[in-house]
Amino acid sequence: MGILEVKNVGKRFGGLQALSDVNLSVRENSVHAIIGPNGAGKSTLLNCLVGKLIPDTGSVMFDGQSVLGRAPYEINQMGISRVFQTPEIFGDLSVLENMMIPCLAKRDGSFELNAIANVMSQRDIIETAERMLEEMNMADKRHMNAASLSRGDKRRLEIGMCLSQEPRLLLLDEPTAGMARADTNNTIDLLKQISDERSITIAIIEHDMHVVFSLANRITVLAQGTPLVEDDPENIRGNPKVREAYLGESA
Amino acid sequence: MFGLDKRDTSLLMIVAVLTLFAPFILNPFPTGSGLAQFNAGYPDLMQRFVIFGIFAIGFNILFGLTGYLSFGHAAFLGVGSYSAVWMFKLLSMNVLPAILLSVIISGLFALVIGYISLRRSGIYFSILTLAFAQMSFSLAYSVLTPITNGETGLQLTLDDPRVLGVTATADGSIPVTNLFGLEMRGTYEMVVGPWAFQFNMGYYLCALVLIAAFYLAIRIFRSPFGMMLRAVKSNQQRMNYTGLNSKPYTLAAFVISGMYAGLAGGLMASMDPLAGAERMQWTASGEVVLMTILGGAGTLIGPVLGAGFIKYFENIFSKINDNVLHGWFAILPDGLEDFIVFVVHPFIGKGWHLTLGILFMLVVIYLPGGLVEGGQRIAGWVRGNKKPDAPQSETKPAE
Repeated sequence: MGILEVKNVGKRFGGLQALSDVNLSVRENSVHAIIGPNGAGKSTLLNCLVGKLIPDTGSVMFDGQSVLGRAPYEINQMGISRVFQTPEIFGDLSVLENMMIPCLAKRDGSFELNAIANVMSQRDIIETAERMLEEMNMADKRHMNAASLSRGDKRRLEIGMCLSQEPRLLLLDEPTAGMARADTNNTIDLLKQISDERSITIAIIEHDMHVVFSLANRITVLAQGTPLVEDDPENIRGNPKVREAYLGESA
Repeated sequence: MFGLDKRDTSLLMIVAVLTLFAPFILNPFPTGSGLAQFNAGYPDLMQRFVIFGIFAIGFNILFGLTGYLSFGHAAFLGVGSYSAVWMFKLLSMNVLPAILLSVIISGLFALVIGYISLRRSGIYFSILTLAFAQMSFSLAYSVLTPITNGETGLQLTLDDPRVLGVTATADGSIPVTNLFGLEMRGTYEMVVGPWAFQFNMGYYLCALVLIAAFYLAIRIFRSPFGMMLRAVKSNQQRMNYTGLNSKPYTLAAFVISGMYAGLAGGLMASMDPLAGAERMQWTASGEVVLMTILGGAGTLIGPVLGAGFIKYFENIFSKINDNVLHGWFAILPDGLEDFIVFVVHPFIGKGWHLTLGILFMLVVIYLPGGLVEGGQRIAGWVRGNKKPDAPQSETKPAE
């Protein structure tokens, strides 16, 4: 029984069957990659996991509880954090404030009318945020405006923000899309370090095979909205069906 | 001091000094001199300065922090005024219960309107609030006449019950608004040489309320709640995926700013106990938007400056007429005098809106941060002249 269980999920947009009969089991503390060619339904599947879309059929269980019908913020409070393809951060706020917001969300829940206390008097929040910035090697940038960070730093910040909530499942949507090689490698190292040091499950959607094979210890291949195969990386590499559907183009 | 850092304390002090010494600051020209018409230090106008300052401070909590542009805030001002006048009619002429009721009622009103309007964002939110405000205006004007007294406006009469006060004074007139006996209209005039400074009870009540309202706004801006509101403006998607429900945050901001508007409306009625539907009209809602943007949306002191600026224009510029102009340019040859008066004419008197509009456009185009940004640039320029290598990029956006 995995921490995330997707059963018979189907989703249709008008005439397009984006997902059909998707079954997926993400084991606890694993790094599970979901790969597939363009239009395979990877992003649709991810959106079904975080509450942005509701599947037409099937069930999505996280840690024994259904996530279907819950708003994104509720699913996040259950312990699923999402990293977006283009970093979604609070651009108008400072780096430290960016880091403090998820800490506040963790401490106070989805809404708290704390309108009189000074934000700088929230010692525990600032300490946690500062510690996470240290860990992300961004402590020196804490007073910068988040919008003025480099692409790689924005990604680090976003991952740090997700981690500071201590989620049980971290979902990453093509975290290295559009990155230079050096930034990609830095991100890979960061994610490796995260999965080694924390008891956290990572599910990653990725296009870049280099990223997938350096990180994942379990891979699901999606093609045309349905899972082709789910297996360990070494078996995926040699699988002829996968080659045909996906790797064939690049290998 | 008061749980504020040094910067905010000095900001609060500036506002406190400006408001408490306004009778002096706004009366720089001796009575009877040619420039006396530029004096703004009379009670009526000073009251309007601070009341609209409170209105704009509250509006800024919503617009400046969350970016939700409400075009219907005058409705809350109007509701506040009506509530206060009803309190004067039914309970007593003491302003305290009247102001409390106007804050509560407008808060409830804002809760309902906000709950519905906040289902949409951006332009649709603005249109919804505008629609609600116009609806309130029309209702107050027609259907709700028993409560609002329609187009005449709600006024005090000699047969109001006033259970805790008197229906009429001993000499048979309507009692005046007071705070535990201190009459709001009471004015002490201090004559210093050619100057006459007026200290009005009502003004000082409004000024103290403004200082308190400003202080509360600083606390909100610096609180975790204020940070969440800025997060709403910055990236709602990230907020929702960070386990935060943005709806109650925006609704709380909407209700708080509605209560500020109600407070302003209640004070308005306390200074002059009548309330009319025109207070709810969309032009009044637009005015507070102008004040906030002109002063600097999202800054603390901006809305106060903007409110003062616009009210000064409205009351002082509109009083300059052709005769005054002829007086100024009398030394010029006749033809030239007439020509100059002809050119300036559209911009003064009833044309003050034109001047204001041009100024507003200039500010929005060249100083998107409003008057506050103008002040910062001047300060930076002065500092830059002293120390040419001072870092220019280190401007702090949120004042």
